[in-house]
Amino acid sequence: MPELNEGEQIPELRVTPDKYLTVRYAGASGDFNPIHVDEDFAKAVGLPGRILHGLWTMAQVARAETDAAGGPEHLKRLSVQFRGMGVPEQEVLVTGTVRERRDGRVIVDTVAEQGEKRIIRNAEAELEL
Amino acid sequence: MPVNKQAIGKTYEPLVYAVGREKIREYARAVGETNPVHLDVEAARAAGHADVVAPPMFAVVYSAPAVGPPIFDPALELNFAMMVHGGQEFEWGPLVVAGDEITTAVSVKDISEDEDRGYYVFESISTNQRGEQVCRGTWTQIVRGV
Repeated sequence: MPELNEGEQIPELRVTPDKYLTVRYAGASGDFNPIHVDEDFAKAVGLPGRILHGLWTMAQVARAETDAAGGPEHLKRLSVQFRGMGVPEQEVLVTGTVRERRDGRVIVDTVAEQGEKRIIRNAEAELEL
Repeated sequence: MPVNKQAIGKTYEPLVYAVGREKIREYARAVGETNPVHLDVEAARAAGHADVVAPPMFAVVYSAPAVGPPIFDPALELNFAMMVHGGQEFEWGPLVVAGDEITTAVSVKDISEDEDRGYYVFESISTNQRGEQVCRGTWTQIVRGV
Protein backbone atom coordinates (compact mmCIF):
# COMPACT_ATOMS: atom_id res chain seq x y z
CA MET A 1 0.00 0.00 0.00
CA PRO A 2 1.47 3.43 -0.92
CA GLU A 3 1.88 6.00 1.86
CA LEU A 4 0.15 8.74 -0.13
CA ASN A 5 2.33 11.57 1.08
CA GLU A 6 2.39 14.93 -0.71
CA GLY A 7 4.08 14.73 -4.10
CA GLU A 8 3.84 10.93 -4.25
CA GLN A 9 2.36 9.16 -7.28
CA ILE A 10 -0.45 6.66 -6.86
CA PRO A 11 0.19 3.30 -8.60
CA GLU A 12 -0.68 3.70 -12.27
CA LEU A 13 -3.62 1.77 -13.69
CA ARG A 14 -3.52 0.39 -17.23
CA VAL A 15 -6.54 -1.20 -18.91
CA THR A 16 -7.35 -1.93 -22.53
CA PRO A 17 -11.10 -1.91 -23.25
CA ASP A 18 -11.84 -4.74 -25.65
CA LYS A 19 -14.02 -4.46 -28.75
CA TYR A 20 -17.26 -5.31 -26.91
CA LEU A 21 -16.60 -3.43 -23.65
CA THR A 22 -18.96 -0.59 -24.51
CA VAL A 23 -21.77 -3.10 -25.06
CA ARG A 24 -21.19 -4.74 -21.67
CA TYR A 25 -20.91 -1.35 -19.94
CA ALA A 26 -24.10 -0.15 -21.66
CA GLY A 27 -25.93 -3.15 -20.21
CA ALA A 28 -24.34 -2.78 -16.79
CA SER A 29 -24.96 0.97 -16.53
CA GLY A 30 -28.19 1.38 -18.51
CA ASP A 31 -26.64 3.97 -20.87
CA PHE A 32 -27.52 2.70 -24.36
CA ASN A 33 -26.72 5.93 -26.25
CA PRO A 34 -25.98 4.55 -29.77
CA ILE A 35 -22.75 6.54 -30.10
CA HIS A 36 -21.28 3.93 -27.71
CA VAL A 37 -22.65 0.74 -29.26
CA ASP A 38 -23.46 1.34 -32.95
CA GLU A 39 -20.48 1.91 -35.28
CA ASP A 40 -22.64 3.12 -38.20
CA PHE A 41 -24.61 5.55 -36.03
CA ALA A 42 -21.44 6.95 -34.45
CA LYS A 43 -19.91 7.62 -37.88
CA ALA A 44 -23.15 9.14 -39.15
CA VAL A 45 -23.00 11.80 -36.41
CA GLY A 46 -19.39 12.67 -37.22
CA LEU A 47 -17.49 10.53 -34.72
CA PRO A 48 -14.52 8.34 -35.71
CA GLY A 49 -16.52 5.30 -34.57
CA ARG A 50 -18.00 4.03 -31.30
CA ILE A 51 -16.60 5.95 -28.32
CA LEU A 52 -16.13 4.91 -24.71
CA HIS A 53 -18.66 6.03 -22.10
CA GLY A 54 -17.09 8.92 -20.17
CA LEU A 55 -18.48 7.42 -16.95
CA TRP A 56 -16.69 4.11 -17.66
CA THR A 57 -13.43 6.03 -17.94
CA MET A 58 -14.31 7.90 -14.74
CA ALA A 59 -14.81 4.48 -13.11
CA GLN A 60 -11.21 3.61 -14.08
CA VAL A 61 -10.06 6.79 -12.32
CA ALA A 62 -12.13 5.80 -9.27
CA ARG A 63 -10.59 2.31 -9.34
CA ALA A 64 -7.06 3.76 -9.38
CA GLU A 65 -7.98 5.79 -6.26
CA THR A 66 -9.68 2.98 -4.33
CA ASP A 67 -6.86 0.54 -5.19
CA ALA A 68 -4.32 3.10 -3.94
CA ALA A 69 -6.26 3.82 -0.74
CA GLY A 70 -7.09 0.18 0.08
CA GLY A 71 -10.83 -0.02 -0.56
CA PRO A 72 -14.03 1.70 -1.74
CA GLU A 73 -14.79 3.21 1.69
CA HIS A 74 -11.83 5.60 1.37
CA LEU A 75 -13.06 7.47 -1.73
CA LYS A 76 -15.17 10.40 -0.50
CA ARG A 77 -15.31 12.64 -3.57
CA LEU A 78 -14.32 12.53 -7.24
CA SER A 79 -14.74 15.32 -9.74
CA VAL A 80 -13.75 15.09 -13.42
CA GLN A 81 -13.96 16.98 -16.68
CA PHE A 82 -14.49 14.95 -19.84
CA ARG A 83 -12.34 16.06 -22.77
CA GLY A 84 -11.54 14.34 -26.01
CA MET A 85 -13.08 10.96 -26.69
CA GLY A 86 -11.93 7.54 -25.61
CA VAL A 87 -12.07 4.66 -28.07
CA PRO A 88 -12.17 0.86 -27.64
CA GLU A 89 -9.13 -1.36 -28.25
CA GLN A 90 -6.57 1.21 -27.11
CA GLU A 91 -4.90 1.21 -23.70
CA VAL A 92 -6.16 3.67 -21.08
CA LEU A 93 -3.53 4.88 -18.60
CA VAL A 94 -4.58 6.48 -15.30
CA THR A 95 -1.94 8.36 -13.30
CA GLY A 96 -2.23 10.55 -10.24
CA THR A 97 -0.17 12.64 -7.84
CA VAL A 98 -0.94 13.53 -4.24
CA ARG A 99 -1.34 17.32 -4.17
CA GLU A 100 -2.21 17.73 -0.52
CA ARG A 101 -2.45 15.71 2.66
CA ARG A 102 -4.02 17.08 5.83
CA ASP A 103 -5.63 15.37 8.84
CA GLY A 104 -6.06 12.05 7.05
CA ARG A 105 -7.62 13.70 3.99
CA VAL A 106 -5.69 13.32 0.77
CA ILE A 107 -6.29 15.19 -2.51
CA VAL A 108 -5.06 13.40 -5.65
CA ASP A 109 -4.77 15.12 -9.05
CA THR A 110 -5.45 12.49 -11.69
CA VAL A 111 -5.59 12.15 -15.48
CA ALA A 112 -6.67 9.38 -17.87
CA GLU A 113 -4.91 9.19 -21.22
CA GLN A 114 -5.06 7.16 -24.40
CA GLY A 115 -1.76 7.56 -26.22
CA GLU A 116 -1.11 11.30 -26.42
CA LYS A 117 -4.74 12.20 -25.79
CA ARG A 118 -6.07 13.13 -22.35
CA ILE A 119 -9.64 11.82 -22.14
CA ILE A 120 -10.17 12.87 -18.52
CA ARG A 121 -8.35 15.86 -17.16
CA ASN A 122 -8.49 17.94 -14.00
CA ALA A 123 -9.74 14.93 -12.07
CA GLU A 124 -9.61 15.62 -8.36
CA ALA A 125 -10.12 12.83 -5.84
CA GLU A 126 -10.52 13.18 -2.10
CA LEU A 127 -9.51 10.16 -0.05
CA GLU A 128 -10.06 9.62 3.66
CA LEU A 129 -7.40 7.44 5.26
CA MET B 1 -30.81 32.14 -29.12
CA PRO B 2 -30.29 32.68 -25.38
CA VAL B 3 -30.78 29.68 -23.09
CA ASN B 4 -33.97 29.57 -21.05
CA LYS B 5 -33.04 29.92 -17.36
CA GLN B 6 -36.58 29.81 -15.96
CA ALA B 7 -36.15 26.23 -14.73
CA ILE B 8 -33.26 26.95 -12.33
CA GLY B 9 -34.27 25.53 -8.95
CA LYS B 10 -36.92 23.18 -10.36
CA THR B 11 -37.16 19.83 -8.57
CA TYR B 12 -38.41 16.47 -9.81
CA GLU B 13 -40.23 13.48 -8.36
CA PRO B 14 -37.72 11.25 -6.49
CA LEU B 15 -37.09 7.75 -7.88
CA VAL B 16 -36.39 4.60 -5.83
CA TYR B 17 -33.77 2.06 -6.98
CA ALA B 18 -33.50 -1.39 -5.35
CA VAL B 19 -29.85 -2.48 -5.36
CA GLY B 20 -29.43 -6.10 -6.45
CA ARG B 21 -26.44 -8.37 -5.79
CA GLU B 22 -26.12 -9.56 -9.39
CA LYS B 23 -26.40 -5.99 -10.72
CA ILE B 24 -23.47 -4.96 -8.53
CA ARG B 25 -21.47 -7.95 -9.78
CA GLU B 26 -22.37 -7.21 -13.43
CA TYR B 27 -21.33 -3.56 -13.00
CA ALA B 28 -18.13 -4.46 -11.12
CA ARG B 29 -17.08 -6.84 -13.91
CA ALA B 30 -17.84 -4.24 -16.63
CA VAL B 31 -15.54 -1.68 -15.00
CA GLY B 32 -12.83 -4.24 -14.21
CA GLU B 33 -13.10 -4.28 -10.41
CA THR B 34 -10.95 -6.98 -8.84
CA ASN B 35 -11.59 -6.22 -5.14
CA PRO B 36 -13.57 -9.28 -3.92
CA VAL B 37 -15.88 -7.16 -1.71
CA HIS B 38 -17.65 -6.18 -4.96
CA LEU B 39 -17.88 -9.71 -6.35
CA ASP B 40 -18.00 -12.29 -3.58
CA VAL B 41 -20.59 -12.36 -0.78
CA GLU B 42 -18.38 -14.29 1.62
CA ALA B 43 -15.47 -11.90 1.09
CA ALA B 44 -17.79 -8.92 1.62
CA ARG B 45 -19.18 -10.42 4.84
CA ALA B 46 -15.68 -11.31 6.07
CA ALA B 47 -14.80 -7.63 5.60
CA GLY B 48 -17.76 -6.61 7.76
CA HIS B 49 -20.34 -5.72 5.09
CA ALA B 50 -23.91 -7.05 4.99
CA ASP B 51 -23.61 -8.09 1.32
CA VAL B 52 -21.54 -7.31 -1.79
CA VAL B 53 -20.47 -3.66 -1.85
CA ALA B 54 -21.31 -1.35 -4.76
CA PRO B 55 -18.20 0.27 -6.26
CA PRO B 56 -18.43 4.06 -5.68
CA MET B 57 -19.16 4.73 -9.36
CA PHE B 58 -22.21 2.41 -9.14
CA ALA B 59 -23.81 5.74 -8.14
CA VAL B 60 -24.37 6.11 -11.88
CA VAL B 61 -26.66 3.08 -11.87
CA TYR B 62 -28.91 4.13 -9.00
CA SER B 63 -28.98 7.88 -9.66
CA ALA B 64 -28.93 8.28 -13.46
CA PRO B 65 -32.57 7.16 -13.93
CA ALA B 66 -33.61 10.21 -11.88
CA VAL B 67 -31.50 12.55 -14.05
CA GLY B 68 -33.27 11.49 -17.27
CA PRO B 69 -36.61 13.26 -16.71
CA PRO B 70 -35.04 16.71 -16.11
CA ILE B 71 -32.88 16.40 -19.24
CA PHE B 72 -35.99 15.66 -21.31
CA ASP B 73 -38.20 18.20 -19.50
CA PRO B 74 -39.64 20.46 -22.27
CA ALA B 75 -39.43 23.42 -19.84
CA LEU B 76 -35.62 23.32 -20.15
CA GLU B 77 -35.60 23.48 -23.96
CA LEU B 78 -32.38 21.42 -23.86
CA ASN B 79 -31.30 20.23 -27.33
CA PHE B 80 -30.41 16.61 -26.51
CA ALA B 81 -28.91 15.89 -29.95
CA MET B 82 -26.20 18.50 -29.31
CA MET B 83 -25.55 17.53 -25.69
CA VAL B 84 -22.20 16.25 -24.41
CA HIS B 85 -21.33 15.21 -20.86
CA GLY B 86 -18.89 17.92 -19.80
CA GLY B 87 -18.20 17.12 -16.18
CA GLN B 88 -19.20 14.99 -13.25
CA GLU B 89 -18.72 15.10 -9.53
CA PHE B 90 -19.76 12.59 -6.90
CA GLU B 91 -19.45 12.98 -3.15
CA TRP B 92 -20.00 9.76 -1.19
CA GLY B 93 -21.35 8.96 2.24
CA PRO B 94 -21.79 5.45 3.69
CA LEU B 95 -21.20 2.52 1.32
CA VAL B 96 -24.10 1.04 -0.65
CA VAL B 97 -24.56 -2.74 -0.46
CA ALA B 98 -26.88 -5.23 -2.17
CA GLY B 99 -30.33 -5.07 -0.59
CA ASP B 100 -30.29 -1.29 -0.07
CA GLU B 101 -33.10 0.88 -1.46
CA ILE B 102 -31.80 4.19 -2.74
CA THR B 103 -34.06 7.22 -3.29
CA THR B 104 -32.71 9.90 -5.63
CA ALA B 105 -34.08 13.42 -5.96
CA VAL B 106 -32.83 15.71 -8.75
CA SER B 107 -32.93 19.48 -9.11
CA VAL B 108 -31.78 21.98 -11.72
CA LYS B 109 -28.81 23.62 -10.04
CA ASP B 110 -27.82 26.09 -12.75
CA ILE B 111 -28.30 27.03 -16.39
CA SER B 112 -25.85 29.40 -18.07
CA GLU B 113 -24.22 30.12 -21.39
CA ASP B 114 -20.82 31.07 -22.66
CA GLU B 115 -20.53 32.13 -26.28
CA ASP B 116 -22.35 29.39 -28.23
CA ARG B 117 -22.50 26.81 -25.44
CA GLY B 118 -25.23 26.20 -22.92
CA TYR B 119 -24.29 24.74 -19.53
CA TYR B 120 -26.92 22.73 -17.66
CA VAL B 121 -26.01 21.62 -14.15
CA PHE B 122 -28.16 19.05 -12.33
CA GLU B 123 -27.78 17.93 -8.73
CA SER B 124 -28.82 14.48 -7.52
CA ILE B 125 -29.16 13.63 -3.84
CA SER B 126 -29.34 9.89 -3.09
CA THR B 127 -30.36 8.55 0.32
CA ASN B 128 -30.62 4.98 1.57
CA GLN B 129 -33.52 3.31 3.45
CA ARG B 130 -32.12 4.65 6.76
CA GLY B 131 -32.20 8.24 5.48
CA GLU B 132 -28.40 8.48 5.20
CA GLN B 133 -27.08 10.48 2.24
CA VAL B 134 -25.01 7.97 0.26
CA CYS B 135 -24.19 10.20 -2.71
CA ARG B 136 -24.50 13.72 -4.03
CA GLY B 137 -23.96 14.02 -7.78
CA THR B 138 -23.30 17.13 -9.85
CA TRP B 139 -23.92 16.52 -13.55
CA THR B 140 -22.73 19.15 -16.04
CA GLN B 141 -24.15 18.82 -19.54
CA ILE B 142 -22.89 21.05 -22.34
CA VAL B 143 -25.11 21.85 -25.33
CA ARG B 144 -23.28 23.05 -28.41
CA GLY B 145 -24.69 25.65 -30.74
CA VAL B 146 -27.25 27.40 -28.49
